[in-house]
Amino acid sequence: MKSLVFLEHHGGEFVKNSLGVLAKAASLGGDAHGVVVGAGVKDLAPRAGAFGASKVYVADDASVEAPLPQPRVDVLAKLVRDGGYDTVLFGQSVLAADIASALAARLEAGLNWDLVDLVEQDGKLVGKRPALQDSVYADVGWSSEPRVALFRSGAFDANEAGGEAEVEDVAVELDDFSTHATMVEQAHAESEGPSIEDADVIVAGGRGLGGPENFALAEQLAQALGGAVAATRAVVDAGWYPYSSQVGQTGKTVSPKLYVALGISGAIQHKVGMQSSGTIIAINKDANAPIFEFADLGVVGDVHEIVPKLTELVRQRKS
Amino acid sequence: MKIAVCVKQVPEAQHKRLDPETKRLDRSGEGALNSFDANAVEEALKLKESGDAEVVLVSLGPEKAIDALRKGLAMGADRAVLVADDGAAGSDLLATSRVLAKALERESADLVLFGQQSADSDGAVLWAAVADRLRRPVVSQAAELSLSDGKVRVKRQTEFGYDVIEAPLPAVVAVSDAINEPRYPSLKGIMGAKKKPQETLTSSELGLEASDLGESGSATVVYALNEPPARGDVQKVEDDGNAAEKIVEFLAQKRLV
Repeated sequence: MKSLVFLEHHGGEFVKNSLGVLAKAASLGGDAHGVVVGAGVKDLAPRAGAFGASKVYVADDASVEAPLPQPRVDVLAKLVRDGGYDTVLFGQSVLAADIASALAARLEAGLNWDLVDLVEQDGKLVGKRPALQDSVYADVGWSSEPRVALFRSGAFDANEAGGEAEVEDVAVELDDFSTHATMVEQAHAESEGPSIEDADVIVAGGRGLGGPENFALAEQLAQALGGAVAATRAVVDAGWYPYSSQVGQTGKTVSPKLYVALGISGAIQHKVGMQSSGTIIAINKDANAPIFEFADLGVVGDVHEIVPKLTELVRQRKS
Repeated sequence: MKIAVCVKQVPEAQHKRLDPETKRLDRSGEGALNSFDANAVEEALKLKESGDAEVVLVSLGPEKAIDALRKGLAMGADRAVLVADDGAAGSDLLATSRVLAKALERESADLVLFGQQSADSDGAVLWAAVADRLRRPVVSQAAELSLSDGKVRVKRQTEFGYDVIEAPLPAVVAVSDAINEPRYPSLKGIMGAKKKPQETLTSSELGLEASDLGESGSATVVYALNEPPARGDVQKVEDDGNAAEKIVEFLAQKRLV
């Protein structure tokens, strides 16, 4: 396998999700290379070596500074064609999904999305794809090369194996139509700490928290555990928490190592966004809440009493 | 001004199943307009109401998908184009985007809208492939959209907050379900929908070959359908005043703290 991994970055750091995909690609053997696209990203590029990239391409140019998909498609399409890559891998994000899809069309390459794993099976590369609310896991593949794959957030650990990457500059040549969309104003982070795609631990709040002010409970516990805060659709719709933190069918799908659900009933729309998490802990006062059917540890109780104590105990343990 | 809205018929939630033979989604039962597409139809209708536009629904699906298109017509869209072809069953992203791009080229709309995902396959990628084939600018996850001076201006939701992106028309935009609250069709709208122009096309009428669509036009395969991996034992405890301690103990056992 000769694979190229799209290395997304934000605020001068790699997005952990794409490093996880790189580590996975490297673990499958063959050549695992990365590509970084942006302005002022030369210093960032060699750091991908520690996650398994033997080579990192850098497309460093003011014309590709804004995180827009189409210029990145031009850069990747040329690299894949010239470099003879058989596999191109992406970690899920709004940007990466658009690049993966357009690249697939450009190269007439098959795209499998929402994969949670990639394995070699009977000499073929097989993706694991949860479907129908994760009630079925499909083995999917490609009937031609190159193959394009988009992985669910948190599908892989960003394991540092240690290693060095050769860095190669690539020229940026853009198609005319790729430059038509322009960034007028770029997002600034709405919250501090890790994003929910990057977090190993997520503390999520639902209606059972009682009100927006009680999200402080989730934030304090998340801080103690070194994690990020997520929210259900109901509370995002109610304006308690920003959309960027929404987990579920219409929000994000995440697979952190630990997911702590506070006052969340676990309706199917939320469940599909988090059920592939490593360990799930739920606290809810409704003993019949569906979340207790799939939480590894479910506690029937009052979040307002349990969470402050829990936060304190976690802090004590960590200090 | 012409706005094309790409819509899809999806199986009703309670009928969602995979056919173990073909390993495809079983589309034989009742279908409905993909709820996320209703947001795209609504946004097109709002633009029509604030200016002057023709709203055309474009879809690929079996003949009975016309029912889903009628829902969009009942909401207020002006006409519908359905590419219905038995050979299109099993089309993946490549084949679907190829067919839709052809149908859209024929319409040459100023603005092409998509909903944020399909409720059946949870796909949220189609617009970028279609835009690449049409060689048009694309913006996804639009939480707000406005038109002025021949440009579309979009507030895009990302993992990091909101971007503001502008693109000259013609352009392709995928709207988030946070952009609006789709209207319900009125009785008058429902009655009128049947009389609105509804065109059914085959892929050959669009200049496509049989090898462009369906499984032969696709580059992905489904090898097998498996049970999801089993989760470990589920424990449920009542808080007896020591729940916090129990949780920490559990986390420690799993080396999560």
